[in-house]
Amino acid sequence: MMNKSFAATLNPATSLANKTGSWRTLRPINVFKLPPCNKQCPAGENIQQWLYFAGEGDYEHAWRVLTENNPLPACMGRVCYHTCESKCNRGFLDESVGINSVERFLGDYAIEHNLSFKKPTRETGKRVLIIGSGPAGLSAAYQLRRFGHTVHILEMAAEPGGMMRYGIPVYRLPRNILDAEIKRLTDMGITIECNHKVEDILKEKEEGHYDAVILGMGASISTNVDIPQGDTTHVLNALTVLGDIASHTDIEVGRRVAVYGGGNTAVDVARSLRRLGAEPIIVYRRNRDKMPANEEEMDGAIEEGIQVKWLSTITNAQKDSLKIEKMKLNDQGWPEPTGEYEDLPADAVVLAIGQNVDLSVCKKVEGLQTEKDAVTIDKETMQTTVAGIFAAGDMVPGTRTVTAAIGMGKHAARGVNAYLKGEVYKRAEKHEDAKFEDMHPWYYTDAPKTVRPQLELARRTQTFDEVQHGLTEENAIFEARRCLSCGNCMECDNCYGVCPDSAVIKLGPGKGYEFNYDYCKGCGVCAQECPCGHIKMVPEKI
Amino acid sequence: MLDAIKFYQTGSKTVGNRLLNPSMRSNQASESRPNTLISGHRACQGCGEALGARYAIDAAMRATNGQLMIANATGCLEVFSTPYPESAWRLPWIHSLFGNAAAVGSGLAVAARVRAKKAGNTNVPRVIAQGGDGGTTDIGFGPLSGMFERNDDVLYICYDNGAYMNTGVQRSSATPPAARTATTQLVGSEPGADWGKGKNVPLIAMAHGIPYVATASVADLRDLEYKVQKAMSYHGARYIQILVPCPLGWGCASSSTVTVARLAMETGFYPIFEAEYGKVTSVRKITQKQPVINFLKLQRRYAHLTGKKGDPKVLARIQAMCDENIKSFGLIGDEVPETVPVAIQALERNQTV
Ligand SMILES: Cc1ncc(C[n+]2csc(CCOP(=O)(O)OP(=O)(O)O)c2C)c(N)n1
Ligand code: SF4
Ligand SMILES: [Mg+2]
Repeated sequence: MMNKSFAATLNPATSLANKTGSWRTLRPINVFKLPPCNKQCPAGENIQQWLYFAGEGDYEHAWRVLTENNPLPACMGRVCYHTCESKCNRGFLDESVGINSVERFLGDYAIEHNLSFKKPTRETGKRVLIIGSGPAGLSAAYQLRRFGHTVHILEMAAEPGGMMRYGIPVYRLPRNILDAEIKRLTDMGITIECNHKVEDILKEKEEGHYDAVILGMGASISTNVDIPQGDTTHVLNALTVLGDIASHTDIEVGRRVAVYGGGNTAVDVARSLRRLGAEPIIVYRRNRDKMPANEEEMDGAIEEGIQVKWLSTITNAQKDSLKIEKMKLNDQGWPEPTGEYEDLPADAVVLAIGQNVDLSVCKKVEGLQTEKDAVTIDKETMQTTVAGIFAAGDMVPGTRTVTAAIGMGKHAARGVNAYLKGEVYKRAEKHEDAKFEDMHPWYYTDAPKTVRPQLELARRTQTFDEVQHGLTEENAIFEARRCLSCGNCMECDNCYGVCPDSAVIKLGPGKGYEFNYDYCKGCGVCAQECPCGHIKMVPEKI
Repeated sequence: MLDAIKFYQTGSKTVGNRLLNPSMRSNQASESRPNTLISGHRACQGCGEALGARYAIDAAMRATNGQLMIANATGCLEVFSTPYPESAWRLPWIHSLFGNAAAVGSGLAVAARVRAKKAGNTNVPRVIAQGGDGGTTDIGFGPLSGMFERNDDVLYICYDNGAYMNTGVQRSSATPPAARTATTQLVGSEPGADWGKGKNVPLIAMAHGIPYVATASVADLRDLEYKVQKAMSYHGARYIQILVPCPLGWGCASSSTVTVARLAMETGFYPIFEAEYGKVTSVRKITQKQPVINFLKLQRRYAHLTGKKGDPKVLARIQAMCDENIKSFGLIGDEVPETVPVAIQALERNQTV
């Protein structure tokens, strides 16, 4: 018994006896929403999460999170068209986060620091054959290896990499970077056999005792159009030109070269030829608005002095000139001939209209269904119509980009993994979207996007040196910290701070927070003040 | 003061941040913050006063190394925290009367000094007196002015929610014009609280020439903590007035407490500044200026202004009041006012707004 003052009969007590949680009609819960960047990423990268660690300066951890979905960050940090950035919520505030440049920084960091992938802890003894060592094949091989399967890749070309080696120009992707990232995969135990063109899929499968096969041969045939030509004109196709430049760094084409097409391949060809001293001119039947090529790449081309003939088709090729017909767009935006012609001086034409899949080898497999320029697959499991044969990349219907191929390769690997266990792969359900409206913009300060330095114009039209340079560490961290952490906790302590009832428990670095439902009255201040929309108020079951 | 923190993800406006070194985070971000006002108190959901009190007293605890005691006037803060025999306070705390918290604080400060001297102790505990706006600007005003005038070593904190909330939302001299309260109903040609009434206690406190006077808001924690810390670095009479929204009395959603307080700052409705020895020394600048309607429309006490039947002239008058605040306190731009700003009531009475 303590000494009580006059008229006091009860001992002092604490308010903790009063469990105010019983007042609650709404309960705060933590929700993990899908950030728009992650949703957009064709490779399914967990961008928000790896930016989180990059922002802390823990580059290795960031890289490990990144490479759970994409084994080629140094390559992708260069060649990916980063559609994620166009969806970035920060764009509503100032400018989108330079996701791609941070990815590249992490990729380069990993190469510089010799980071390697962990070997699987357990070997399953299952054997998987992958045909084609392009992005889809490599991505699938990597994921399968992580599951512990034995993976062998057959490649018809002299070196692995597919379009990354024979299609993408060196000024966009230096080959030592590609080599380093492929080597990291072979270090995991993946074997790649080059100069081996597969003529009979089933025979390879049987003879090699494979349990499953993934087709990743890509779209390796240039689409042809018939251009009436006199016998002295040069009509070449884009893949041959790019392949030759990649293998021999030179090619005989002439000075004035018309590049026919409006896609990324056309731009790659034109910019490569420019570097060889040619004067390429892109001929495209629609206008810039309708051009499928990536905008940044096209801007680069124009800066380098590449001319474009918009709204034009080539009807005829003579010895040193082309007959061009002017087009106009109809209401649907499709080009229509106008009947007006003009001559365009040119020593050669490079066709960059598109690429096709070589389906001949697939057609030999009984029951393997194909469709227009693609192999038919189950969109969920990536399995073809033949059990145990899966496909990914440009061979299957969908977007034909390196990034999409990496995403498809991952899913094909998961499809195979489930198949090998006698299960059927089901993709994880997506979380609800993290919209900008759910965020609290007041808490984010303005910070403009770091712009990557570019090679000086004069130099880049003569050499194949890389055009885009990487970020310095300081810039990379700055950029990573610009991430708003949409829909996911970034440990800003706001909920912990603003609770009038001290009913949010801070668990410590990296551990987040917990609600103390004994005392939480359900006022909702935490939810309203959370900068990233990570807290939701849900009705209490009463 | 916070310019040094260049931190691009969430600025310096969040409570803490994993990317900052712990010494640069706010006091409230710490897992070991004192939580002087602990859970289980009976304040309404989303009570701004409960939040403001914990922010302020936790900061004072840190500034005084825990050598702190409190005299608390009658009002919500006292009632919800300490229904006999329970208390949510975790430091020596005494309930005074409604009107004499400043006087009780003065007495505690003297007693502490005498006791320390008798015990040969140089470490004299510090004193905070606190109360609501009713207890401070109305009934407790005489004792408060006396405490200032004698320059007693007390920090007085007024939690300004703009009315007598605990007894059912009656008007005080801190109630803003046109606001509806239980005693300023929507009748007559100028419904709600009268124009040209009320007083600006921070400016009055400055007129006493005391060492430190500041206003603060629950919407800017770092500024609030900085001011409490700074106040505790002075001896003598000090005054801090904190804007603490009351969801019940203002008629706003319980979740909007911090948001409403933020809008009061960002519209110029509630100037946030500090003054040393009677002179304004710094002003919290508006970060994203907003029209006052954004502040008003979240609150039912102004529903008669913001709804369809709202009188645009009254709205314009409140906006003019905010604009006047922005001008005289220098809430936008780089300057700090050279002269003491004029109380907004003067302009109301002078009919210039
Ligand atoms: C002398 C006296 N008069 C009236 C009361 C009744 N009373 C208790 S709290 C209160 C209102 C307090 O208002 P305020 O000081 O603004 O604090 P709030 O409750 O708004 O935080 C009143 C009138 C009292 N306790 N003592
Ligand atoms: S009436 Fe207002 S001041 Fe009082 S406890 Fe409720 S919210 Fe807080
Ligand atoms: Mg009050």
